[in-house]
Amino acid sequence: MSEVANAKFAPGDNVRIATANPPGHRRVPTYARGRVGTIERICGAFPNPEELAYGFDGLPKRPLYRVRIRQTDIWPDYKGSDKDVLELEIYEHWLEKA
Amino acid sequence: MATTDPHAHDHDHDHPHDHGHHHHGHNHPHDPIEVSEGASEYEIMVHAIKELLIEKGVITGEDIRKTLEFMDTRTPALGAKVVARAWTDPEFKKRLLANGTSAVAEMGIPMGDAELIVVENSKDVHNIIVCTLCSCYPRTVLGLPPDWYKSRNYRSRVVVEPRAVLKEFGTELPDSVTLRTHDSNADMRYLVLPERPAGTEGWSQEQLAAIVTRDCMVGVAFPKAG
Repeated sequence: MSEVANAKFAPGDNVRIATANPPGHRRVPTYARGRVGTIERICGAFPNPEELAYGFDGLPKRPLYRVRIRQTDIWPDYKGSDKDVLELEIYEHWLEKA
Repeated sequence: MATTDPHAHDHDHDHPHDHGHHHHGHNHPHDPIEVSEGASEYEIMVHAIKELLIEKGVITGEDIRKTLEFMDTRTPALGAKVVARAWTDPEFKKRLLANGTSAVAEMGIPMGDAELIVVENSKDVHNIIVCTLCSCYPRTVLGLPPDWYKSRNYRSRVVVEPRAVLKEFGTELPDSVTLRTHDSNADMRYLVLPERPAGTEGWSQEQLAAIVTRDCMVGVAFPKAG
């Protein structure tokens, strides 16, 4: 892990996870694609797993964020509290401002 | 990266191995969902790759043996010690929540390439851990994950209906408690810091550690005083 020098997003920012289905090794679960959430924290910068998976060095490292999404925004018929959330890790290149 | 690194990214990608398993007719949450008979195609591939890596001198049989030996020393008792210390040492708890990786390193527990995030339960918030993409788990802190953690049943359902899954583990959450489901889908590993139960006032760290089970640290159970 490295510190992130120029993070595009800060904790509390609203972000949308890209709606995309590129081929290859991706670590963005389908249920999270296209969803809007908020940045919970910046995890640091890590080698890009989408490159590492094919034997490349994964450099430059990519900023990784934890994104908090309301469960009711993912599953319209979610059974539980409106306050329940799902949190997961998303690389910066999968995020845009929302 | 040293090939001897025992914690080398443990995304143990148990990608769909849809071959020849049984689906039991009942729905007990502790049952492994995937039961394989004989070596699956993926097991055969793992052995083939292992043999090739040894043959090409990338790793040695000794490296593999040492890694297995190290993993055998990893048990939930390590995580329980971390939790018991956090319950009794407020400064340590602060450090643990601010940076899990460096706080467990203080106790001699390495995280390897991954980073540890510790999430705290309270009377208002409950946390539960899953890896929907494979079976990422804080192995150096808790040892190997249980079969149910790796099952497709748990992995797919706990993000959609976490409260129903918790109920199957005997853990009922009132709606007033906010449930946070953490999908460890990339480079972080998660440990739940449970709430210290009433009735444990004055207990030693050893006594406290004894009631902190693996399931409490994954977030599917609560520690109990008696």
